[in-house]
Amino acid sequence: MTPDVMPAPSIDYIALLPYILVGAAGVIGVIVEAFVGRGARRPIQLVLVFGSLIGAFVILVVNRATQGIQAEGALAIDGPGILFMGLILLLSILVALLMAERQLDPAGDAFAPRASALPGSEDERELTVRGYFQTEIWPLFLFSVFGMMLFVTASNLLVLFIALEIMSLPLYLMAGMSRRRRLLSQEAALKYFILGAFSSAFLLFGIALLYGYAGSVEFSAIADALAAEPGQTALVVGGTALLAVGLLFKIGAVPFHAWVPDVYQGSPAPVTAFMAAAVKVAAFGALFRVMYVALGGVRWDWEPLLWIIAGLTMLFGSVVAIAQTDIKRMIAYSSIAQAGFILIGVSTATAQGLYASIFYLVAYGFTTIGIFAIISMVRLSGGEVTRLDQWAGLGKRSPVVATSFAIFMFALAGFPLTSGFIAKFLVFESALAVDNLGLVIVGVIASVMAAFFYIRVVVIMFFREPVEGAPAAAVPSATTTLALAISVAVTVILGILPEPVINLIEQAGVFLR
Amino acid sequence: MSVENYIVLACVLFTLGAIGVLVRRNAIVVFMSIELMLNAANLAFVAFARMNGNLDGQVIAFFVMVVAAAEVVVGLAIIVTVYRSRRSASIDEPNLLKY
Repeated sequence: MTPDVMPAPSIDYIALLPYILVGAAGVIGVIVEAFVGRGARRPIQLVLVFGSLIGAFVILVVNRATQGIQAEGALAIDGPGILFMGLILLLSILVALLMAERQLDPAGDAFAPRASALPGSEDERELTVRGYFQTEIWPLFLFSVFGMMLFVTASNLLVLFIALEIMSLPLYLMAGMSRRRRLLSQEAALKYFILGAFSSAFLLFGIALLYGYAGSVEFSAIADALAAEPGQTALVVGGTALLAVGLLFKIGAVPFHAWVPDVYQGSPAPVTAFMAAAVKVAAFGALFRVMYVALGGVRWDWEPLLWIIAGLTMLFGSVVAIAQTDIKRMIAYSSIAQAGFILIGVSTATAQGLYASIFYLVAYGFTTIGIFAIISMVRLSGGEVTRLDQWAGLGKRSPVVATSFAIFMFALAGFPLTSGFIAKFLVFESALAVDNLGLVIVGVIASVMAAFFYIRVVVIMFFREPVEGAPAAAVPSATTTLALAISVAVTVILGILPEPVINLIEQAGVFLR
Repeated sequence: MSVENYIVLACVLFTLGAIGVLVRRNAIVVFMSIELMLNAANLAFVAFARMNGNLDGQVIAFFVMVVAAAEVVVGLAIIVTVYRSRRSASIDEPNLLKY
């Protein structure tokens, strides 16, 4: 065979080092689970997780100038891609701090000692008494982060699909690993899995249709095909719609939101934080790249659709959250509403909208992790206390925790001097720049409605007498405290001094193709 | 036989799979319906590869098979765990999480 028949692919391993680091740490983690004794597993896994995540972040920052299409067109490591990856890594480090917590639950950490043991069985009690711990969750977590990094930089629909699955499959398992309320957790895993697999089948069929249209799955080839042949065919419209279904499902946009409340409520709090913060960043990163790079040529078709979805998502999330009595479900509906606000940025199809959305994701991601850190701290002996009326009087018993939670609530509601205000302002501004006044009005109405239930939580915590047997916030170990402190700091600092971060985001430039 | 027929068949299979997910109650059958949807996409990929005259679609079909296999592993693990704690594989019965 002559060399030019099948040339060797040129791969720049230095540029791919962050991916390799995280993926390899996950693989080593699996081997550690198989061959290392029970006692030594946790320290090794923690070193692998924090070492690889921090290492990947540092390499990403140092190498930020080396941008380009890598791995034979499979990955586009460009400015926005690096921003999304960096944000995912930072949020994952915070989530890992929450997952490493071992002081809140008297039995140990937040995860079942063995996910396969029957809930409430003799088996499970014995495992708990013997002090067995789940450490398999760490490699799963790393694989999921690895999938997210691929997902936001995928420059080809096949890589997009594979990355989606690498990201999602570990998450389905992690959702079912709660130590407390195992039946709820297993139910969450089942629902998440069935609906997630259903939506990824739609995504795959959308990819098939777009491949049929363009004859290639590369984003640039699809964009070229759309430019060469502006008259769109049924294949493009159908493919775009199905692809969008798969991506909007991960984002949790109405009408693909049905899984969000159940899964957020049933999963262990650190895993919910991971889903609410990092997965949302990853899904938006991928949605931006697909819509802007590959399908920019048909944006007159998808823009109005996204306006409708963004409006519905904001209104639905805000209205239904008002009726919630469980704090985790309320945050779940609020995260649906927040996704609607970020979708405004996507629907503008401008660079300004992209930057506004990235800022929103930064603000929202850190706030959400702080919220779930606190939810995991407010507990009685049976586990987390998530009924809203039992949080009454928390401000008297645990003033610091309640104040932090109030700050997060104000940030989500978009009050001035918090990150949420700047984020909402930037997103609305980007919509006004393309003369989309209607969507801004819907957004403002939704924020006003949402402010009601955010403030209600603050009122319940500070101005209502505590009920009998109400919980106080347990004292967490240094890891959760650190994650919480960082979340509060970012939420406040971004509200007062947002310029450095906005400048950083605006330097990112545009998507490469 | 023209390639279009295969595309139509793929669409029919995909729709059947989607209907199966929506109407069936047993988690295993629902899961099989999802696999049917993935394989309908595979058929479409291979047919489009023939139509476009390149091999991309055939290669993608292999990747999809691998992903489907991984999905089976994770999915069956979850379904079997739920079955063991509830003695039922119905997806209507786990209903503790609502409203």
